[in-house]
Amino acid sequence: MIQLPPDARGRFGDYGGRFVPETLIPALDELARSFEAAWADPAFQEELAWHYKHTVGRPTPITPAKRLSQEFGLDVYIKREDLCHTGAHKLNNAIGQALLAVRMGKKRIIAETGAGQHGVATATACAMFGLQCVVYMGSEDVERQKINVFRMRLLGAEVIPVSSGTKTLKDATNEAMRDWVTNVQDTHYIVGSCVGPHPYPVMVRQFQRVIGDEARAQMLEGPGQLPDVAIACVGGGSNAIGFFHAFIPDTSVRLIGAEAGGHGLETGEHAAPLTAGSPGVLHGSFSYLMQDEDGQVVGTHSVSAGLDYPGVGPEHSFLKDTGRAEYHAVTDQEALDAFVWLSRLEGIIPAFECAHAFALLKKLDLPRASTVLVNLSGRGDKDMESASKLLEL
Amino acid sequence: MSRIDETFEALRKRSEKALVVFVTGGDPPIEQLPAILQTLEAAGADIIEVGLPFSDPIADGPTIQASSQRALDRGVRTQDIFDAVKAADISVPIVYMGYTNTAMRHGFRDFAQRAAASGATGALLSDLTPDEATEWRDAAKLANLDTVFLVAPTSTDDRIKLACDAASGFVYCVSRTGVTGAANAVPQDVSRTIDRVKSITALPVCVGFGISTPEQVRMVCSVADGAVVGSHIVSLLDQYWNDGAGSNVLREEVEALKAATRS
Repeated sequence: MIQLPPDARGRFGDYGGRFVPETLIPALDELARSFEAAWADPAFQEELAWHYKHTVGRPTPITPAKRLSQEFGLDVYIKREDLCHTGAHKLNNAIGQALLAVRMGKKRIIAETGAGQHGVATATACAMFGLQCVVYMGSEDVERQKINVFRMRLLGAEVIPVSSGTKTLKDATNEAMRDWVTNVQDTHYIVGSCVGPHPYPVMVRQFQRVIGDEARAQMLEGPGQLPDVAIACVGGGSNAIGFFHAFIPDTSVRLIGAEAGGHGLETGEHAAPLTAGSPGVLHGSFSYLMQDEDGQVVGTHSVSAGLDYPGVGPEHSFLKDTGRAEYHAVTDQEALDAFVWLSRLEGIIPAFECAHAFALLKKLDLPRASTVLVNLSGRGDKDMESASKLLEL
Repeated sequence: MSRIDETFEALRKRSEKALVVFVTGGDPPIEQLPAILQTLEAAGADIIEVGLPFSDPIADGPTIQASSQRALDRGVRTQDIFDAVKAADISVPIVYMGYTNTAMRHGFRDFAQRAAASGATGALLSDLTPDEATEWRDAAKLANLDTVFLVAPTSTDDRIKLACDAASGFVYCVSRTGVTGAANAVPQDVSRTIDRVKSITALPVCVGFGISTPEQVRMVCSVADGAVVGSHIVSLLDQYWNDGAGSNVLREEVEALKAATRS
C-alpha cells in the first residue's frame, strides 16, 4: 500500500498536483494507473526486489563512522548508497521505472540529467532491457561532467546537450518535457527526482524508499536503536525522501535536509529553494522554488551539479511546512571542507552533493553523543576532475 | 456576452472564420507592442493572443522560446505588457497566453483584475488544465475574463468535456502532440479531434500549433471556427519589424492569412 499523502490528485497538503499541458494528462493518468497496478502486483515487487539485489547490489550496508564520531562527539552511521551499481542511489528509481516502461510497452526512454548520475543510471537500465535511451543534459553540465557523458554514450544512450536558458538541469528538464509532449505515445519519461507532475513525486519516492526501509531495519538490528537524527542532501530531493520516508512516523527521529547554499544565501547565488525560496509552479508541480517578484525562475549556483536546481520535490515542501523535517543551507566551501575531512577520517570519498549532508555534522550544534545516520547517496568519482581544480592538496 | 462571443457571432454572419494571431509581449521591444497590435488589427486579425514570457516555457518550441528569452533579457515584466496593451487601445479581443506561475505569483485574483483592466478579454495558461483551475476560474470570472483551455489529440472524450465545461470564449484545439512551432503539414487527424470537440460543445473551436501558411489556415478553417498562427508571426516580427519600418511585411502576411479564412 502507498501511504498517504499524497491524495488522489497527487497533493501533499497544498503541494504537488499536475501543471502540464493537456497533451500530457492522459499519459500521466495512464502512468499513475500502471504504477498503482504494478506496485500492488506481487510479481512486479518480486522482480523489483530481484533487481535491487542482483543488479543494484542491495542491501547497501550502514557503516559506523568511528573516527568521525570521535571528532564530533557523536555516534555517526553512514548509509552506503555510494556502493550501489553506477555509484549512486539513482539506479533504484531508474530500474523501477524501466521495469514499469517495459510493462507499459514503451520502447523509447527519455531522461534529464544534471551531474549525469541519473543519466548513467537510466542508460544502464535501458542497456539491460534493450530500450532506446535519449538523455537531455545542459550544455554547461556536459562540459563539467565529461566522464559521465562518455559513460552514457558507452552504454548506448544518445546525449543531447541543451543550450537554452541556464544550460543546466532546469533547462534539460524543460527539453525532456518538450520531447515527451511530442513523442508521448511511444515514450516513457524517466524523471530522476521526486519532482514533476503527479504521479512522479510519489512514484520516485516509492522506488527510493528502499533506502530508508533498509536503514531503519539495519539500525534496529545493528546499533539496536533508531537514530536521533537522520541527514541527507536535497537537490530535487529523491535520496532524501527515500531515506526519510521510513522514519516519518518515528517522531523521535529528527529529519534534516542539506540544501546547496552556493556562495552563501546572502549573495543570492545558491540553490536553496526550501531555505530561501517561495512556493510556485515549476516542471509540473507546486512546490518551493527560486523565483523573482514577477514569477520568473531565477538562476542557481552550486559547486555540485546534482544540487544545482531551483525547485524541489513537493513532499519536501510539505515536510517543511508541517515541521516534520527541517532544511539548512550549506555553502560550497563548507561542503568542500567536508569532502576533504570525510575522505581523510573515514576513507570514503563522497559525491559533492553528499558532502553537503556531512557538513551539517559540523555546522549544526547537535546534542553531544546523538546517534546520527547520514545518507551517503553517491560516491565522489565523478567529481575528481572538479575537485582537483578546486582543492590544493 | 463577451467580446470574443461577439466576434464569433459577427464572423458567422459574414461566413468567415477567425484568424487568431500570437505575438510575444516584449519581443520586439515592449515600446513597439502598441504599434504591432494596431497593425495586426488593421490587417484583419480577429483575435490577438499576447504572450506573457516565462523563463521555463515547456509547451513552446524553439521560435517562441527564443522570443520569450529575448523579451526577458530586455527586462520586460508582466505589468509592462499590460500597460502596452492598454496603450494600444484596439477593439479586437486580446487574450493573454502564459504559464501558471506568472499568474499565481501575482495571485490569480490580482492577475485577472490587472489583465482585465488592461483591456484584455481572456487568458489561457498553457500548463493549467481544468483539474487544477478552480481558483483561477473563480478569479477570472470575478474579473470578467474569458478562460480559454486546451484540448489535444490525446484528450479522451471525458477530458474534452471537462475542458469545454471550463472554457469560455473559445476552445483551443492543439493540432498535434508537441510544442508550438511552424510545421510543414497539419496532421490529417486534426479533423477527427475537432469533430469530437464539436460533438461535445457549442463553443467555437480554434486550432493552433504548426499553422503558418494561408493553405494551412484554409484547411483548418474548413473544419474549425478559427486558426491560430503563432511562431510564424513571431519569426516575421523578429526578422522584419525593425521598429515599424517593416510593418508592411506583417500587414501583407496577415491580410493573406485572413483572406484564407473567408473561403
